[in-house]
Amino acid sequence: MGTGRAGGVRTAEGVPVEGLRAPDRVLHVSFVQNVRLWFAPEEVRQDGRTPDYRFSLANERTFLAWLRTALALIGGGFAVDQFLPDLRWGWRVGLALALLAAGVLCSLRAVNHWVRCERAMRRGEDLPASRFPALLSVVVAVVAVAMVFVVLVGWEG
Amino acid sequence: MSEDTSADRDPGLQPERTRLAWRRTTLSGTVSALLAVKTALHSGPSPAALVACALCCALWLGFLLLTHRRIRTLTTADTPSPLTPRHATAAALCTIALAACGAALVF
Repeated sequence: MGTGRAGGVRTAEGVPVEGLRAPDRVLHVSFVQNVRLWFAPEEVRQDGRTPDYRFSLANERTFLAWLRTALALIGGGFAVDQFLPDLRWGWRVGLALALLAAGVLCSLRAVNHWVRCERAMRRGEDLPASRFPALLSVVVAVVAVAMVFVVLVGWEG
Repeated sequence: MSEDTSADRDPGLQPERTRLAWRRTTLSGTVSALLAVKTALHSGPSPAALVACALCCALWLGFLLLTHRRIRTLTTADTPSPLTPRHATAAALCTIALAACGAALVF
């Protein structure tokens, strides 16, 4: 375990896993492990030591902020469906479903990131890095541009 | 909260901020649920629409209950216990179920 081979794959417990190399498979494994943790409060609590409650509350607020983002995306999905009736059916439903799906992803990610942060704090590790915020910004920007385009074109046809 | 005058009171008002964050989130949920109900009843009160409507209302009530329980923990305890994963998952599942409801309605 002390060899520190670059690219060596470990589980969340720090145990090396044989036969796993690709980073996406690692992500997958840790996601599945985290899903188990979502429903198992006692397992999270066994880990490490309890951090200052203010850190936990800050983590909770971050989680809630992401949940609000998810709810806003879902509300946006309903709004596209309701307030753009002149759009063609395909565009309207497609955009609405994309926004709803983004909302689902966002809330799944919210709870997953919350669990990861909570565990990292208990173990005194660095907080997990994430490229999700950047990804979401890009998606929102693309959808916004698509909306402008669709509204312009859709009202002609 | 306001009667809490102990000397080691947290100057950052963390429990209060967290309480307000739960309130904000409930408010966002309310807006989304209202939009869902509007979508459901847009094309007349058919049985399917009424079921979807009831489901959205139930999800909203569920979220309200989660908020209420969490806020009670936050305001009564001296040092609030951290959010349990089950509580967080339940809140996220409410959101996801609302989105699933929406997907069914939009189609």
